[in-house]
Amino acid sequence: MSTLKIDAPRTGSAYLRFLADRRLPILVTAALLIVMYSYGSYRYSFDIQVAPNLFINNSYLIVAAVGATFVILTGGIDLSIGSLVGFSTVLTGLLVTQNHVPFALAAPVVLVAGAFGGFLMGCMIQYFRVQPFIATLAGLFLFRGLSLMLSKESIPINDGTVAAIAQFHITLPGDAFLSVGAAVGLVVVIIAAVVLHATRFGRRVYAIGGNEQSALLMGLPVARTKIAVYTLSGFCSALAGLVFVLYIQSGDPRAAIGMELDAIAAVVIGGTLLTGGAGYVVGSLLGVLVIGLIKTMISDEGTLSSWWIKIGTGALLLLFIGLQRTVGARRR
Amino acid sequence: MTSTLADIRARDWRALTRRQLFWPTVILVALLVFNLPFTPNFFNIGLRNGHLFGSLISILYFGTVPILVALGMTLVIATKGIDLSVGAVMAISGAVACRVISDATDQNSMSVVFTAMALALLAAVAAGLFNGFMVAVAGVQPIIATLILLVAGRGVAQLITKGFILTELSQPYAVIGGYAFTVPTGVFIVVGFVAFTALLTRRTALGLLIESVGGNAEASRLAGVRSRRIKMMVYVFCALCAGVAGLWNSSSLGGADANNAGLWIELDAILAVVIGGTPLTGGRFSIGGTVIGALILQTLKTTIFTIGIPAQANMVFEAAVVIIICLLQSPAFRARVVALGRRGRPSPGPQESVEPAAPATVEVAP
Repeated sequence: MSTLKIDAPRTGSAYLRFLADRRLPILVTAALLIVMYSYGSYRYSFDIQVAPNLFINNSYLIVAAVGATFVILTGGIDLSIGSLVGFSTVLTGLLVTQNHVPFALAAPVVLVAGAFGGFLMGCMIQYFRVQPFIATLAGLFLFRGLSLMLSKESIPINDGTVAAIAQFHITLPGDAFLSVGAAVGLVVVIIAAVVLHATRFGRRVYAIGGNEQSALLMGLPVARTKIAVYTLSGFCSALAGLVFVLYIQSGDPRAAIGMELDAIAAVVIGGTLLTGGAGYVVGSLLGVLVIGLIKTMISDEGTLSSWWIKIGTGALLLLFIGLQRTVGARRR
Repeated sequence: MTSTLADIRARDWRALTRRQLFWPTVILVALLVFNLPFTPNFFNIGLRNGHLFGSLISILYFGTVPILVALGMTLVIATKGIDLSVGAVMAISGAVACRVISDATDQNSMSVVFTAMALALLAAVAAGLFNGFMVAVAGVQPIIATLILLVAGRGVAQLITKGFILTELSQPYAVIGGYAFTVPTGVFIVVGFVAFTALLTRRTALGLLIESVGGNAEASRLAGVRSRRIKMMVYVFCALCAGVAGLWNSSSLGGADANNAGLWIELDAILAVVIGGTPLTGGRFSIGGTVIGALILQTLKTTIFTIGIPAQANMVFEAAVVIIICLLQSPAFRARVVALGRRGRPSPGPQESVEPAAPATVEVAP
């Protein structure tokens, strides 16, 4: 940001300076969200719970998208998210229902398992120079396969603790409420934002995404940071899995198939560049909310079939990429 | 004398192992031979109901889709691109063809079938033009540009089939996914496409141009290569391949399933390309490698099925093999293994020194 401020006087007008601002994509996403929401409230007379519901129904996607944001900021990609989410739900179901492990103990185990999975993929990428796309693709197969091996069927979770957490409501002003999952999602976003902008680790993530070679020459611990980023994404996927467990109250080996694409789409709509080095975690949150809002509006419309969700998300992606291109082109 | 001979052999061996197709071929042969103890008649080919059958034939039969899609993908990857939308394009092409045929009064009429195929391929080409435009003209990253159609394309296919599984009973159309002259028709299609692509890219300058665009698009543009046009072309070709694969798929199933046609084929195809030795970083490609890569994946699937690995375990097995293949192909990994061997061999004393490096190989197979 500081470099932009130094450059700004030379580039001239306030208009150009505005276009050059890296925060612009987020502003556009936020504006779109507001416009869509206002239109929705007008057309479908949204009640006050619609906004919290966006957080509640997409809480797992928020958590997963945060992990994806870190990976994408370094210029990598993580395709194993959906599989790891599914794996985490199955592992939770296995531990809690079949082995009667208390949820409070099972949750850390699941988180460690997810983080370890991410760590392995990070090692493959960093030490054996397997491309991120391929390494995490192998992870996609592996974790989906492992969860199918652990259980062919969905395992119901009838645990008291899980039910209590799932039904716990955090009351908001005006009769609205948030679920625990949604609160977890928001907390994760806040922590991630702090980590990215106020810690050395965060600066390294941006530096590696900007130019890995330069980061290495500057003496930054590139290997450690990259592995940490994939570990973090694995952790976030496992956490998303736990949140998903609260949502579906079962361990389903077929849960969250293809969720990695939703997460990546959310990150892109949120203005993060896939080449890495530029983007904000808040943008990913907004991206998830935009996708969630499309789903809400299409289901409220009633007469529209479910495939319009796909077409709508695709069209929105197109719109955002178009916007990013025009803004990006001006910048040069 | 003997030592020089051994030297020459060693050099030949090293030269052989450095060949691009060496490792993929070894893996394919190993996989095929691996089947023999489990299914003694694995290599038998018989004649049943007027067409060939046997494990090898079924690998070729089901290999049609992965080989076709991976073929198009190879050229895209050679230009440093990627096409995630192939599965969706397959679904669209199958949906269009089945819509036209099932709406016709006479499903067996040749003109109906040809119209259906032409419209389906036209739809595929349109999808390719869209991808190509986004990548070559708008300059969007390929992974994102094609993500749009991956997300929206299946929705479009569902729109065409109106959310149902469209069935058709056309006999001429069934030939595509069936048998011709006792051989699976897919084999002819694949051989035709592969031969055409290989000739076009290796007997003309086109292959070189594609590689130069993949190596450095800007430099090749400055050198007078129309990199935009080349990029556009590979995406259209890739979509066309996917479109033909979609026709084959819907024809062999006798219907179009917009939800499941070509599901995850993009991942299989990319994997086949990478296993075949074409790096995702572009600038180099091997069509023979891709065909072998796709055959490896298909053989792997058949193997899993025939040796009776429980259905739940097959994804894990597949993942394990994929990880092993990727590591075998990773120069960094091979260098480490070689270093490990060298360190272990000459000096039997410091055996402990081998240990610290060992976890690196252990980590791979969780």
